[in-house]
Amino acid sequence: MSKIREDYENTRWRRFERFVNGEEMPEEKRLELTQAKEGDKEEQLAEITTTQSLRRKRKEERESFRRYWREQQEKEIKEALKQRADWPNTGGVRVFRCVYRFVALLICAAIIIVLLETVAELPRFGSAGTPANSNEVAERYIERGQEETGAVNIVTGMILDYRAFDTLGESHVLFIAACTVLILLRIDHGKDGKTTSAQLAEEDDRKFEPKNDRILQKVAFFLVPCIILFGIYVILNGHISPGGGFSGGAIIGAGLILYLNAFGFKKTERFFTYKTFSTISLCALLFYSVAKCYSFFCGANHLSSGIPLGTAGDIISSGLILPLNICVGCVVACTMYAFYAIFRKGGI
Amino acid sequence: MLIFKAILLTLLIVCAISTSISKNLLTSVVIFMSYSLVMSILWILLESPDLAITEAAVGAGVTSVLFFVTLKKIRAIDQRKDEKKDEIEE
Repeated sequence: MSKIREDYENTRWRRFERFVNGEEMPEEKRLELTQAKEGDKEEQLAEITTTQSLRRKRKEERESFRRYWREQQEKEIKEALKQRADWPNTGGVRVFRCVYRFVALLICAAIIIVLLETVAELPRFGSAGTPANSNEVAERYIERGQEETGAVNIVTGMILDYRAFDTLGESHVLFIAACTVLILLRIDHGKDGKTTSAQLAEEDDRKFEPKNDRILQKVAFFLVPCIILFGIYVILNGHISPGGGFSGGAIIGAGLILYLNAFGFKKTERFFTYKTFSTISLCALLFYSVAKCYSFFCGANHLSSGIPLGTAGDIISSGLILPLNICVGCVVACTMYAFYAIFRKGGI
Repeated sequence: MLIFKAILLTLLIVCAISTSISKNLLTSVVIFMSYSLVMSILWILLESPDLAITEAAVGAGVTSVLFFVTLKKIRAIDQRKDEKKDEIEE
């Protein structure tokens, strides 16, 4: 436990911080002082003006006094404003700015030199002696990958068969990220029916939604089915052609966001609610975990799933890769959509 | 092909620099979007089409949309100004 220092406001660091933030400006204090003084004077005057005969004289006096104070105050304010305008040019700030720029340039130059040195050390692009080209693991993947995993696309065969537990971690990371964003940005709808300030701000943000933009809606009407269909194609052909779960899921998520933008939350809530999100994510992650969690017990050693690999090049082939691809795609699409929905209205 | 690659790489650098230089945040995000698109074409030229698909969907699509939403949340995009302009035009 750290101890709270009582003189925290007066410590050197705190004073420096206030100086950098521009909070400590002398003229503001002075203005407060003058205002307080004026109040005191008026009270005193009110006490003095008790007798009838003196009243008129006092009144005149008071008015002249007030006028005097007002003029003084205006002068003070003018000076304060001038000082405030000059503040960035005072000695301390100028020195601080110079040092700041110098240090920033120094750090930039240092990082550039280090990075350039590293690049100069790298072997030539495409030469045979590089670690990437003389690695026996890579050779093994390229030579026997198709035969062992049944996937024509070696990349997918690698990430969803040999190294499936990596992808398992990745999809969980995405899910956890979505959960964290949900925790941070969720707006609670009170049970007692009261509108909170956060709710009001949210309503204010989406007051004009959906905008019913004719062009956007027409374009979305034709594009969204194509985008989602393309996403499904990329996912299902992950083991045959380039792509896979992650790319396909991202495409579907982008399509859903476009639909949401064009038609608003009411229409998307007909088929995608918080329940849908949690069900799909949970089922996909659970299936993936059950299918591949053995990797954590037996290392990266392969256990055969018992599903026949089929002919390479068919959509239904290569064992577990296709269902795993679909799982990853579902998780990614849901997460992308959830990110946008949470950012937009504080909930899915 | 070499000239095409050189043009794309130059464009990439120009986009990267102008993203950080531009004063308007909205302009920055749009330039960043074009940066992602150029990058995805470069991925195709480097023969990794799966990365290109992901870059186009995530870099140019989802990330920029999230940036736009954030800019709107922190009121960096002045909506009222646009509406006033519309009213005047009407």
